[in-house]
Amino acid sequence: MTAWWTLLRRELGAYLLSLTGYVILTAVAFLLGVGFTLVVLAYNGDSLTVPLTELFYSTLFFWLILLVATPMITMRLFAQERATGTYETLMTCPVGELSVVLAKFAAGLLFYTVMWIPLIVCLLIVHRYTAEGTAFDWWPVASTSLGILLMGALYVAIGCLASALTRSQIVAAILSFAIGLTLFLLSFAEYSLGPRGGWLADAARYVSMLDHMEDFVRGVVDTRRITFYLSLTFLFLFLTVKVVEGRRWRRST
Amino acid sequence: MDTPSTRTPSADAGPIIEVAHLHRRYGRHLAVADVSFTVERGEIVGLLGPNGAGKSTILRILSAYMPGTSGTVKVAGYDVTREAHAVRRRIGYMPENNPLHTDLRVREYLKFRGRLKGLGIRRSRSRADVVLEQCGLTHVSRQMIGTLSKGYRQRVGLADALIHEPELIILDEPTIGLDPHQIRAFRNLLRTLGGDHTILLSSHILHEVEMTSTRVLIINEGRIVVSGAPADLRQRIAGAGEVLAEIQAEGTALEAGLRELAGLRECVLSPMEEDYWHCRLMPRSTEDLRPAVHELAARQGWRLRELGLRRLTLEDVFVHMTSGDEEMEGWE
Repeated sequence: MTAWWTLLRRELGAYLLSLTGYVILTAVAFLLGVGFTLVVLAYNGDSLTVPLTELFYSTLFFWLILLVATPMITMRLFAQERATGTYETLMTCPVGELSVVLAKFAAGLLFYTVMWIPLIVCLLIVHRYTAEGTAFDWWPVASTSLGILLMGALYVAIGCLASALTRSQIVAAILSFAIGLTLFLLSFAEYSLGPRGGWLADAARYVSMLDHMEDFVRGVVDTRRITFYLSLTFLFLFLTVKVVEGRRWRRST
Repeated sequence: MDTPSTRTPSADAGPIIEVAHLHRRYGRHLAVADVSFTVERGEIVGLLGPNGAGKSTILRILSAYMPGTSGTVKVAGYDVTREAHAVRRRIGYMPENNPLHTDLRVREYLKFRGRLKGLGIRRSRSRADVVLEQCGLTHVSRQMIGTLSKGYRQRVGLADALIHEPELIILDEPTIGLDPHQIRAFRNLLRTLGGDHTILLSSHILHEVEMTSTRVLIINEGRIVVSGAPADLRQRIAGAGEVLAEIQAEGTALEAGLRELAGLRECVLSPMEEDYWHCRLMPRSTEDLRPAVHELAARQGWRLRELGLRRLTLEDVFVHMTSGDEEMEGWE
């Protein structure tokens, strides 16, 4: 536990002490701002029939941030330490593989969460300048945040695995982007399979992230969705631990 | 949970390192072949060998970073594969090239490492101050590691290895890349640590190991070729030095006379000015040839103006041992 906490603080520090961390934060804040501005301009003066969060989600920016920013956050977690060699000093400390993986995961997820703060700020601005009860409702905001968090957990876990597999940060980023994008594109399988898709289409509907997020932004919290994200997150974290353990016992360099 | 300060007394008694028939294979390449040795507490042991001899591999196995392919390795009585955690708690390891987090300040880094190695907050703070002092880092303690010179970084690595008061300190090529001043400073630092600490260090520079270690293990192609105290190793080959003589005599008679000497293996004559000959005489065994040469010269009425013994240095042993030269076999 002590080791986990120490490592978590170190990993967070690494984000905040490096330029990369600030570049990511700035880029995401910019994208969120652009998306928000577009939404506001498009509906300027009109009354809204759907929650504001849904409007925002329907802009491309949301998925772009999830798909592109997460690999950038996670690529350094293991790959950088292996490239610089600090992995060796880390792994010769009395620290378990699980603590290492969980600390890195938690740091990545925390940074990811911080990255989304501008969105909340945007929503608060709307809340401040609109009449009571019109465009703004707390419940969809909460459920949207939950959805963002759950998807982030899964994508950060995927990034952990990718980073643990290689000593090159670029390879790690490409790998986690590819896995993440594949998972996202499964959402469209439902439509490609058409109405006669049978059980395959049903399965596709179950894993469709577009559908999941649509629920979340409307304020629908479905335990099936939560289970889906949590179990996949656990799976990828488990695989990461296995990779790290495996490396320790079968190293070739 | 056991900490370094509450060791079991039984673990205290035995040797700190026991390696028996260790092998390590990388694919087809055998990096470590049947290596066995023990290190007692308080020793400073130097692992010496050319690059690629398997030193780093042995040290990485000892620090429970990776396992051997076969054989048993115990540190402080704990098996490095089955009780890796207990082993890691007891060692301070500085890997080759000394990787550090360059974005942290020196003291910050040491506190972080102390916490990681299981020290409490207050303890890691006080230990950081102690090792900063010990390694002469106090005046740079607030500097970013990335801005430090190589010599200071090396000290940070050593301070990190020391922070949790380990029973065994393992240093892989600690002086690589340092300039002569820094090497001397680092060596002195190691010497002050010796006595209270057991240190295992590797190097491919013989002088280095000779100056710091109480015992040397010379390793080549994954095997230990010779081991002993530096003085011992030199002792064992002391008599085996070649004799250099300058004798004024007629060439053929001189050569014939020298060849008669018992115990001579080889002699090389080269002419000098005024009929003097420069003679290099290599003995067959550890016998000192000088008295015999002197006697011969006196008997023959040759003028002998120089007679000396060039003792083989540890460097010669090292070169012979690690170049596959047959000449020195049988000394082990």
